[in-house]
Amino acid sequence: MSPEPADRPGSSAPRSPGVRRAWAAWPGEVASRLAPLALALAFVAGLCALLGASPAAVAAALWDGAFGSADQAARVLATLAPLLLCGSGLLFTFRAGLYHLGVEGQLVLGALCATGAARALWPGLPAGLVVALCVAAGALGGVLWGALTGALHTRGRVSEIFAGLGMNFVAQGVVLYLVFGPWKRPGVASMAGTEPLDSALWLSTLGGTELSPAALLLAALALVGTAVVLGRTHFGLRLRAVGLSPEAARVLGVPAAREMLAAFAISGALAGVAGALQVLGTFHRLLPNVSSHLGFLALLVVMLAGRRAALVAPIALFFSALNVGSLKLPMTLGLESSLSGVLQGVLVLLALLSPWKARVGRGGGRPEEA
Amino acid sequence: MRIEIERVAKRFGPVNANDDVSLTIQAGAVHGLLGENGAGKSTLLRILGGLLRPDAGRLRFDGRPVALDSPADALAAGVGVLHQEPLDFPPLTVLESFLVARPRAARAGGGARALLPGRGRAAGVFLPRRAAREELLALAARFGFSVDPDEQVARLTLGERQQLELLRLLSLGARALLLDEPTTGISGAQQEALFSALRRLKQDGKAIVLVSHKLSDVEALCDRVTVLRQGKVAGEAEMPAGAARLVALMFGKALALPERLPTAGDGVALALEDVGFGDHRLDLRLARLAVRRGEVIGLAGLEGSGQRLLLRACAGLLRVRRGRVAIGGADLTGRPYPAFLRAGAGYLPADRRREGLIAGLSIEEHVALRAPRPGVFLRPREIRRAAERAIEALRIHGRPETPVEALSGGNQQRAQLALLPGDLALLLLEQPTRGLDIASARWVWEQLLARCRAGTALLFASSELDELMRYSDRILVFSGGRVSPPVSVADLTLDRLGRMIGGELDEPAPAPAEPAAPARSDP
Ligand SMILES: Nc1ncnc2c1ncn2[C@@H]1O[C@H](COP(=O)(O)OP(=O)(O)OP(=O)(O)O)[C@@H](O)[C@H]1O
Ligand SMILES: [Mg+2]
Repeated sequence: MSPEPADRPGSSAPRSPGVRRAWAAWPGEVASRLAPLALALAFVAGLCALLGASPAAVAAALWDGAFGSADQAARVLATLAPLLLCGSGLLFTFRAGLYHLGVEGQLVLGALCATGAARALWPGLPAGLVVALCVAAGALGGVLWGALTGALHTRGRVSEIFAGLGMNFVAQGVVLYLVFGPWKRPGVASMAGTEPLDSALWLSTLGGTELSPAALLLAALALVGTAVVLGRTHFGLRLRAVGLSPEAARVLGVPAAREMLAAFAISGALAGVAGALQVLGTFHRLLPNVSSHLGFLALLVVMLAGRRAALVAPIALFFSALNVGSLKLPMTLGLESSLSGVLQGVLVLLALLSPWKARVGRGGGRPEEA
Repeated sequence: MRIEIERVAKRFGPVNANDDVSLTIQAGAVHGLLGENGAGKSTLLRILGGLLRPDAGRLRFDGRPVALDSPADALAAGVGVLHQEPLDFPPLTVLESFLVARPRAARAGGGARALLPGRGRAAGVFLPRRAAREELLALAARFGFSVDPDEQVARLTLGERQQLELLRLLSLGARALLLDEPTTGISGAQQEALFSALRRLKQDGKAIVLVSHKLSDVEALCDRVTVLRQGKVAGEAEMPAGAARLVALMFGKALALPERLPTAGDGVALALEDVGFGDHRLDLRLARLAVRRGEVIGLAGLEGSGQRLLLRACAGLLRVRRGRVAIGGADLTGRPYPAFLRAGAGYLPADRRREGLIAGLSIEEHVALRAPRPGVFLRPREIRRAAERAIEALRIHGRPETPVEALSGGNQQRAQLALLPGDLALLLLEQPTRGLDIASARWVWEQLLARCRAGTALLFASSELDELMRYSDRILVFSGGRVSPPVSVADLTLDRLGRMIGGELDEPAPAPAEPAAPARSDP
């Protein structure tokens, strides 16, 4: 952990403190991310061989499943949008030192609120306005869920991990109740969800595929915005201070509880938007599986990215491709599609365990290296 | 054990923390290591303790060359280090902390020498709690330390944490003990206990290295001293060598004491009325205290007698249980911490690693956190300039982008001081000169007194009676769960202060306390 090299030109345009440090560690950073990737790939290749499929064939099938046709490639990008939104939200909470597992519930609640708004406002208002209000309602629902989780943590002193998991259960329960109760389709209540929204409310997609450019653009903006806020604003620095040492941050005048709440609320807003977009762009209705576990997947993405905004996009794309590509495995090779889940899980575990791990976490670690 | 250090060098970027250092530490002797802040003392100890690997040079223990890759290696070779900032485990209990990080060999009763024979041989998987408890208590009794195995480490005073760490190292079979500023922030009694323990260990033939900025410690304990200056050995001396000679070796010149002119002015900066404050084990009452602008109030007492609680109550970090707190005439009772900050209260905690500074952030990032009117975006250039100003003003050996954990102990203290806002109504300091070398400590007091002349009232807790007597106008003594009324230093002697700390709070003042100077009267 030697400090920056002595001969670094002092006259170069100073970047913000956080940003500069992020880039100083770049080459080592990349190596430390790639090593677990290689290990995880080797592990899964071994697993494939054990199951009697050639790893090369599996890789080819995955590639083909993800990018074999324009339709599939569009689907990969469509899955990318909620991953980026949830991932951006998680960058805030991780920066504040919070292991926030409640994204999943925030996403679900966003979907729920968006559906509710659509049911209440359509067809009384023009379609464009209703869509915008649905997204806003989704964000609001997520904020509410995030703030509740945050309050449980900061006021009730519940570990943020359990608070988040508990709130996930509640959100899922409410959705099930609505889908099988008040909002059920006339006559049939099923896991297939509520009555589809009027097609006037559907987000427009690219040439008949699943990809909604508006959703992807929104997600990309969210990620860039997150990088800017975390790297270049006082708020981002305060979050980092709280994440590294809440006690010292408090003495230095940072209202730790308030900043944590803000991080929860922001992550809620972003995940809530993701949920609304899932309803408006992908499923066009509320269904129990509306999250498709994308919240948890985003958690893996951010952990693997070492909480670096710049790495979230490529890793999210990779995970999204794995998810979509694996859907074809059962047909082509007779393998379970959950193989991609195994790969993702192993990858993150190895990244977290890796001896090359970058120094992340709640700080307070030993500053010296022998 | 005899430790030979041969031509050891260690660089941190541009800094030569250790530069061609050679010295020999004999068994059965106490070797003092002196030098100004940033001279490289802690670095040398970290190298000996296996926390850092030297860039060049060799170590020999008892004549055998060793290569240390980790603290566990060093312990296995018999070297235990008591670091400047204790590296213990606050959430654990004393007993758990004693047990944790115990290498397998020691846990199974092999490798390290067991002080109690027959201890813990069956222990492999399970923590040998009972045996460890016995060993801990026996060791503590041997050195006259009082420990409660079930207390939380987080609740111990610094001195107690240090005793615990010392016992842990001994139980692991350390044959050489290296102590980095062990007497900063501990009470006189704890220091006595530590010194007698060290003398006993010396008789047992252990090699002991003592890093300290207090010449009185060095003169009381050391047989030989080595002085470091800017990473190099500046000189060695057999003790007794005389304080003047040591100071000259350390700083290259003699030092003058700062002048202490009265600074108290008119107007009340802090008013406490019938306040009650406390924590889980203390419940203190203070009938009345009015501190004038510019006045200096010293808080004396054994570490952990409530001085910190009073400071935190005045800072707004601890809610008073009863009574009123007013700063500059504004009643702040029950108000949140930010209101205290706005009213001009500044607080400097003693535990700089956990409360004062944020490990992982640089000096300039700390400066940005403290920015009075921050706006939305960080302005890197302004922040850099402000950080450079702070570094210059407090002569910190570091650069704006240096992470605070890379600063030497004394420089961390300066950084903490640099982060205090400029125009404070009330400055609350825990151990303000802890870890500073003599020259820096005096210099810091000059800065503090300059603030007092500008009207800032100052409350400081210190375990050093000299410091309390020299700089305070009045002193509050904390002892046995009580606080004395403020006593003017004019009515105090070192001896009486010592007795008050020992518990004789009620002894009447020798003369009826009606001093003439307005600064010293109790309004
Ligand atoms: N991990 C590190 N990274 C960068 N620089 C360091 C690191 N540790 C120490 N230094 C630098 O090395 C020099 C020597 O530091 P060291 O901690 O050994 O001083 P010291 O003699 O113990 O001082 P003090 O009396 O203030 O504790 C200082 O200039 C310090 O800034
Ligand atoms: Mg030091």
